[in-house]
This record gives sequence, structure tokens and C-alpha cells, in this order.
Amino acid sequence: MLIRQSADILASEITPPDIYRERRRFMQGMGVLAAGAVLGVASEAEAGARLAGVRASAYRLNEDKTPYKDVTRYNNFYEFGTGKGDPAERAGSLKTRPWTVAIEGEVANPKTWDIDALLKLAPLEERVYRMRCVEGWSMVIPWVGFPLSELIRRAAPTGNAKYVEFVTLNDPKQMPGQRSRVLDWPYVEGLRMDEAMHPLTLLAVGLYGEVLPNQNGAPIRLVVPWKYGFKSAKSIVKIRFVEKPPLTAWMAAAPREYGFYSNVNPQVDHPRWSQARERRIGEFRKRDTLMFNGYGAQVAELYRGMDLKKFF
Amino acid sequence: MGEFLRNPKLWVFGVCLLPLLRLIVLGSIDGLGANPIEFITRSTGTWTLTGLLVTLSVTPLRRLTGRSDLIRYRRMFGLFTFFYAALHFVTYVWLDQFFDPAAIAKDVVKRPFITVGFTAFMLLIPLAATSTHAMMRRLGRRWQQLHRLVYPIALLGVTHYLWLVKKDLTEPLIYGAVLVVLLALRLPWGVALLHTAHSRLAPAKS
Repeated sequence: MLIRQSADILASEITPPDIYRERRRFMQGMGVLAAGAVLGVASEAEAGARLAGVRASAYRLNEDKTPYKDVTRYNNFYEFGTGKGDPAERAGSLKTRPWTVAIEGEVANPKTWDIDALLKLAPLEERVYRMRCVEGWSMVIPWVGFPLSELIRRAAPTGNAKYVEFVTLNDPKQMPGQRSRVLDWPYVEGLRMDEAMHPLTLLAVGLYGEVLPNQNGAPIRLVVPWKYGFKSAKSIVKIRFVEKPPLTAWMAAAPREYGFYSNVNPQVDHPRWSQARERRIGEFRKRDTLMFNGYGAQVAELYRGMDLKKFF
Repeated sequence: MGEFLRNPKLWVFGVCLLPLLRLIVLGSIDGLGANPIEFITRSTGTWTLTGLLVTLSVTPLRRLTGRSDLIRYRRMFGLFTFFYAALHFVTYVWLDQFFDPAAIAKDVVKRPFITVGFTAFMLLIPLAATSTHAMMRRLGRRWQQLHRLVYPIALLGVTHYLWLVKKDLTEPLIYGAVLVVLLALRLPWGVALLHTAHSRLAPAKS
């Protein structure tokens, strides 16, 4: 029964990429027509609306993409509850307009961006990335966004800016999971400056060519594909440039279990479970976890000479 | 046939099968979510814990109600607990580790939450094996001594759950709280409490 179900997912639920792309081009055309003629600007912000003008990028994978329904119905976003289905069920209360992202700290150009201006900051591109959760499961997700470095360049960090801190919205009225003290809100994440400037590091505003659903971190989130999923802060309201490594939410919650770097590393286990293998959602057998989640060629250089067991 | 259907044991047996039936139905309609193996592991695990708590509540309930016939269901609850524990174990060995003995051995030794879960399951085996009337007679007094293992097993089971969750301890703590109450009701003052409650209830009934 189980085996059959797994086969079903592979055979019928994953649309072949070429068909998907063709359909996407068609839908995009329709979307532009519809948005321009009838629906107006406001509807473009809604989850599920097609994002216009998304370019293909060189960041593609020869791996099956995780079906849209799994990407959007099975994930962690503790602001809406600790269950994997909670975000999809409860994120409807999140209002993504109006929305601003404040750029603060050690920068020459501090600025509070309106989300719609931020969306036009750089051309949107599609990037298919692996996503490895620290819990031992993984997905392949076609994100839409632009490199974080585009935003950082415009902010013009000073020489004191060594780290970047990302802060998620803190509003229990919109995010019912924040009524529980399971983490210290707001959710804080951080990257070293060179990690933040790395071309792989993405600010995502969509997935599968559509506006990011609330449960996946709308309206704007980080995607750092060589690190465990929790490093990729969602629903960001503040980006701060700082001199000292930020205290991230998970480091504050369990310092022995979660370090600042949290690079995907099959050789460094979580204190309570192995990280050597992972279950790719939709697959029956586990697969080996890749060093830096398979992005070693691009990012290993950043950590040259570091003891990754110590800096986990 | 009517006689057979009026047997309450049959109905209790049917109810105990519902968690398994649910998994089969959900599995056949693609209802186990994005990560079916995790779903099955969680479900069989939590039903094992529920089974343990139900089994452990038979004696306090008997003292509270004075209905000694409740003891007739205890073995069935205990064996269903073992049944769901075995499903949980098989899910781990097969669907999670794919019968890789090296990986399993490493897990059992290195991962404390697996160590306690594995120990709890191993300790359940002799209890299931000695559940028959014949074994009860053969073991005599030692049968009861042996079956007191259910207390450490339940504590190990809750610990297993506590140690495996990432951050949200709510659910394992609920199981833990119920277990603490059920164990406390076996201490002298707990038994006295049940006795008092029973004598207050008894005249109201008659």
C-alpha cells in the first residue's frame, strides 16, 4: 500500500518540467492580461497570483521538484504552530499588505522599503534549490526572487558590518503561534557578511512562478540553500547590519543543538539524531545527505580552515 | 450470533483496531500527508503510549467503581499496546532504516531517545509472551512481579517521546502528566483516595 502510494506520487503528481514551463508561459501571458485589464495591482500581491516577468536562471537541478501541494502544506513556521500542517491551516490571518522591510544598522543608506518597491528592486528569477530541514527531510523547490546581494549593495554597508540579522514579523494577532512561548519572538536569524553576499543567497517572493503563499514566508523570505531550512527566515520585516554575530532564535532556544552556521553537513550529527541521511518528500527510501546540501563547489570556500564540528 | 455480538469484549476489540483501520483508510486514499512514513511512525507511537495509559488505568478504575470485572479487559489492552508498539518498531526498522543492521545498532547505542524506546519495546516482549492463563498459572506469584515491568516501560515510553521532539514538549508532557497521575493512584494515599471516592459513590448508586 505504501509502496504503491509512493509510486503514485512520482508517476502522476509531478508535472514534467517542459510541460510545466510551457503551461507557465501561457499562464503568465494570461496573468499579465488579466492583471492589467481587470484585477488591478492589489490582486498581484495575493498568494497564488502569477508573478510577471520572471526570468529563468542557471540555477536548475536535475532532480524532480517537490509537488506544489507538499511544498505549501508540509513545512515548519512556528509562528503559526509547531505542526507541519499548521502553517497552511492558520497562515490566512497574515496580512502581507501594507508591508515594509527596514534596513538598519551599519549601513550608509538605511531605508524602510515598501514591499512593492522591493519587488521591483531587481529582476525576478526562478531558482530551483534543494531544501534540507534539520529534522531529516528535504524538498526541491522552484523559488522566485533575487539575490540578497542586490539589496545589500544598495544599502552600502560600512566597514563595521560583519553580520546581517534578519527579523521576522512579531504580531500574535496575525501569527497565532506566537501566543505560545515555544521560541523567543520575534524569530531572529543571521548570516556572516560573505554568506549574505553569496550569489546563491536569495530573497524569495514566490514559488512555482506564483506569489509566495503566506505559510511559506510571504511576502518576502530568505533562502540559503546550503544551510538547514530554519536559517532561511520568513516574513521578514527588518534586516540589520551588525558587528557581532546575532543571537538567533534557535541558538537562544537550544544552544547545544543549534549553532550559528547550521550548514548542512552529513558528518556532524544533531546531538539527538543523525544527519547522514534524509527523506526526500515523495520518495520511499532515504537518500544520503550531501555536504553543504550539494552546494559545496560554490560555498566550501567560505569555510576554508574552519572546524565545522566546532562551528556547527 | 446475537450472543456473540452482545459480548462487550468484541466491541472493545473492535475499538482497539480503529487506529490501525484509520491508517489503512488514510493510506489507501492518499491521506497520510507529504511524509507518510513520519505519519505512520508518529501515529503508531502515540497509540502505543495511549495503550499503555489505558492499560494502567484499569486498576484505578476498578478501585474507583468497585467493578472487578473490568480486569477482564486489561490483557486485551496490554496486548494491543504491544501490537501498536510492534507496528511502531517495524515502521522504524523497515520504512525508516530499511533493515540496515549497522545503522540500527548505531542508532540504538548513540541516540538516547532510540535507546530508551528500544529498551521499552524489548521489555514489552516478555509481558506479551506471558499473557496467557497458562503462563499466569505457571509463574504464580512471579507473574505479578514480572508484570510490574509495565511501570518502567511506561516511563521509558514517555521519555522516548520527550527526547525526540524538536522543541514543543506539549504532547509528551500531557502523556507524562497522565502517567504520573496513574502511578500516584497506586501509592498508598492514592489507593486510599480511590477508596474514599468509591465509598462516596457507592451509596449514591444503591
